[in-house]
Amino acid sequence: MSPAPIQEVIAGTKAEGTPSPHKAEWPLWEVFVRSKAGLDHKHCGSLHAADPQMAIQLARDVYTRRQEGTSVWVIRSDQITASDPGEKASYFDPMEDKVYRHPTFYELPKALDHM
Amino acid sequence: MPSSITVSSDPSVQYLLRIGDTCLILAQRLAEWCGHAPIVEEDIALTNMALDLVGQARAVLTRAGELEAEHGGARHGEDELAFLRDERDFHNCTLVELPRGDFAATMLRNLAVAIFLELLWQRLQGSSDAELAAIAGKAVKEARYHREHAADWVVRLGDGTAESAARLKAALDLLWPYMAELFEGDGVDDQAVATGLGPRWSELQDDWREGFASVLTAARLALPAERAFRSTGKLGRHSEHLGFLLAEMQHLQRSFPGGVW
Repeated sequence: MSPAPIQEVIAGTKAEGTPSPHKAEWPLWEVFVRSKAGLDHKHCGSLHAADPQMAIQLARDVYTRRQEGTSVWVIRSDQITASDPGEKASYFDPMEDKVYRHPTFYELPKALDHM
Repeated sequence: MPSSITVSSDPSVQYLLRIGDTCLILAQRLAEWCGHAPIVEEDIALTNMALDLVGQARAVLTRAGELEAEHGGARHGEDELAFLRDERDFHNCTLVELPRGDFAATMLRNLAVAIFLELLWQRLQGSSDAELAAIAGKAVKEARYHREHAADWVVRLGDGTAESAARLKAALDLLWPYMAELFEGDGVDDQAVATGLGPRWSELQDDWREGFASVLTAARLALPAERAFRSTGKLGRHSEHLGFLLAEMQHLQRSFPGGVW
């Protein structure tokens, strides 16, 4: 099964292959905001915009108006490939009983104790 | 209903009222888009900008009230100045009180005013009035964003579809005659220069024309020819539209004097 486009995953409308009734709509963009220098950009939502410049500008007004950000990234939602929610069980459940994959069974040398 | 206040005719106070009122009335017009913009993101952007302008108006009107008192007049607070003055005591340029029109007209007006305010705030950072200089330092960043936002849309509309280009052209024809008033000079400007409070607004005209024309060119429009008509909002003589705007804006304070939330 091929991976689903992210907006279908988010909207829960994956599959069936029916074309969107709103073909003329501006494309969807995912917005990532960095709250302060040194931290990662975090996904905070999405919006419709005609092009990257407009997406950045709208993201600034919609997602950073309460001083949430120092930097904004946008990416077209259809450029993101997501794992298939239907395969969640086979993808992620097998990791449940494999505690030995956590690096907690080693004695760290004193010098590295607070790694 | 509380009686209206009359404000000092001191030129320094008048100079500040022209700035504060221009910000306040444009903010009121932009706020009319709340819930009506073409897309929700733009709805938020326009109201953000309205709030920036309200913030600038509050600071400048507060300072105007202080100057009034320093020059021997009554000391009016920002709320009294905004809500208890009559039409003739407002000194915004007429351009900002005109009805908001369609989205193209709103964006074109925002562009004209934002380019102007950015230039004005830049100069006011060097004002002899430390308070005004500090207000300008904060406001100039807001005006720059407002200018970029409006310029972006003006180019999109002018260089967009036949419909959007026609609407932008109509907006330019409608608003252009009112833009000249920004640069009209009088004794208030002379006094501001003499005291170092701020520049003559006419000094900003060349840079404004250059900035405005460059966006129009990108939007496939040209700067229209000069007109003889001059609006007179800065002098307190307004279009028929301001009274209706004030009636709505002042209604609450007039009905519930001193009401806060």
